[in-house]
Amino acid sequence: MEYLLEVKNLKMHFPVYGGIFKRQTGSVFAVDGVSFEIRPGETLGLVGESGCGKTTVGRAIIRLHEPDGDVLFMEKSIKDLSGKALVDIRREMQMVFQDPFESLNSRHTIGEILEEPFIIHNAGNLKFRQQQVKKLLDLVQISKDAINRFPHEFSGGQRQRIGIARAIALNPKLVILDEPVSALDVSIQSQIINLLLQLQNEMNLSYLFIAHDLAVVKHVSDRIAVMYLGKIVELTDAARIYEKPLHPYTRALLSAIPYPDPDIKRKREILTGDVPSPLNPPSGCSFHTRCPNAIDFCSQEEPALVAGPESNGLEHLVACHLVC
Amino acid sequence: MDDSTILNVMNLTCAFHTEDGVIKAVDDVSFELKKSKTLGVVGESGCGKSVTALSIMRLLPQPAGFIQSGQVIFDGQDMVSSPHEAMYKVRGRKISMIFQEPMTALNPVYKIGRQISEIFAIHFGKIDGKERYDRSVDLLQKVGIPDPDKRMNEYPHQISGGMRQRVMIAMAIACEPEILIADEPTTALDVTIQAQILDLIQKLQSETGMSVIFITHDLGVIAEISDDVLVMYAGRVAETGSVSDIFKHPAHPYTKGLLKSIPRLDNKSKTQLPVISGMVPSLKDLPEGCRFYNRCPDARKKCKKMPHLEKIGENHMAACHFIVKSLL
Repeated sequence: MEYLLEVKNLKMHFPVYGGIFKRQTGSVFAVDGVSFEIRPGETLGLVGESGCGKTTVGRAIIRLHEPDGDVLFMEKSIKDLSGKALVDIRREMQMVFQDPFESLNSRHTIGEILEEPFIIHNAGNLKFRQQQVKKLLDLVQISKDAINRFPHEFSGGQRQRIGIARAIALNPKLVILDEPVSALDVSIQSQIINLLLQLQNEMNLSYLFIAHDLAVVKHVSDRIAVMYLGKIVELTDAARIYEKPLHPYTRALLSAIPYPDPDIKRKREILTGDVPSPLNPPSGCSFHTRCPNAIDFCSQEEPALVAGPESNGLEHLVACHLVC
Repeated sequence: MDDSTILNVMNLTCAFHTEDGVIKAVDDVSFELKKSKTLGVVGESGCGKSVTALSIMRLLPQPAGFIQSGQVIFDGQDMVSSPHEAMYKVRGRKISMIFQEPMTALNPVYKIGRQISEIFAIHFGKIDGKERYDRSVDLLQKVGIPDPDKRMNEYPHQISGGMRQRVMIAMAIACEPEILIADEPTTALDVTIQAQILDLIQKLQSETGMSVIFITHDLGVIAEISDDVLVMYAGRVAETGSVSDIFKHPAHPYTKGLLKSIPRLDNKSKTQLPVISGMVPSLKDLPEGCRFYNRCPDARKKCKKMPHLEKIGENHMAACHFIVKSLL
């Protein structure tokens, strides 16, 4: 099995209703033809600005939405699964959410929260479950007296650890991390990043790491996909994307990151304007409205995601007329 | 206080009445803001950076919050003891502020035009409606809002987050204040929009010569925009100095740990990051002595006594018992 997960031409359009009869007046093109693969034990970073559809991709893979296109998990399509088959496949892929204050049920104790995955998937008896809960708390470095306490008694970083414990409870193969550190303080972020890396090593997990902070994504990922308005514009090795970004959007994104060193005054490629609305995306290349190098042709034809120049056999896909 | 200092905060202590008694959110904080310079205030949530800013403006939430002691000297006057009426003339006119979340800072039921021209009505009562309108359009143009005439007639929900923050900045600079306090103005924005806003603030600063207090938790933004830096931890100043002091020769173990723990683009991927263990103590339950005691890798017995800010360089001060010794 070369790929653990294959996403093929994933599309997720949300209908918009309006008028007095509440007829469909349009669609939000949240995800518009996204394809990528994740190998076993690998981390794929998915970056982009708010509204680019990165969270929707994560939710569509785990079938919290009903997308078009196909998702293969361990070489089996999960698109038409339902009932027991869907529950079973979700045992293998889990999700960690951005906001640790909203993703834990405030009326359940930590013990109950961590025991629930085992109950849902009918794994073991009470004694086994309680043992596992203790093991999980150990794994994410939370003291065992947490079992009888409630989420509000914990800080954001600790709650995120509990959210991670819940996700890895059933030994999944793939964990979708949706902005797992962006709600946390700087000194806590690095603790959680370390925990995620350590768990990946120990349990051979694959991650889809969704975030907007490129420095964080670079640190945890093997490969990185950059999204803009529902499409992937560039996909390559984590190191290569920083050394040799090809797409003008990637370049602008990289140059926009403030660097914690006052001596480095880089020349900024500041993008003008805002991200266009996904309700009415621009024609042709969706980046042409903000692109510093756009030519007329860019607004007419949509560029395909193809191998860029000088890739020398390395995977380096880019969607830009002017690069390829 | 020499001529180059525009704002001098001395031993400021702010506290809140809570169910658990009085809690000091800011404890004995002192700093100076220099004319036409940018002071970056950095720290994690709960370190008192926003409370410091609010108390300079005397905008602490009432009745819970109050300034327990200390002075804020601006224009030769202590603003802590000045009457409320005097503050009306300072706020917005001489010191103005922009907030983190522009959607909650703007009034959702009034058009943008009305909200901006209100400032002229308050501070320059004499000018008539037409001129107020024209000046507002000019302002929107100045902060880089395309089509300002059209935007004047729109409501805050009709424009994007980056545009809203530009409107906030337009309102803040309407009276050409001497000091602009920016409280996490780019935290809610995307990186490419953040770059635009940082650029705009720097451009306006070079045009008007205003001084800026820039509050953020992002060390990258601090390095980029500040001349001087104030590092806060659990309500106290841990270290202060010029931007190169802080980033090149950090002295306090908290500053050092913070700088090491952020992932950087030139780091080796997938390696464990150095961390500051533990978490920020609750203000209700602070450790005795140095507030960084329970997380500090170098903590020793002496740290049970509260360290005070001591000079370790020309403008460089740190509050730690051990660096001061080792550097002198």
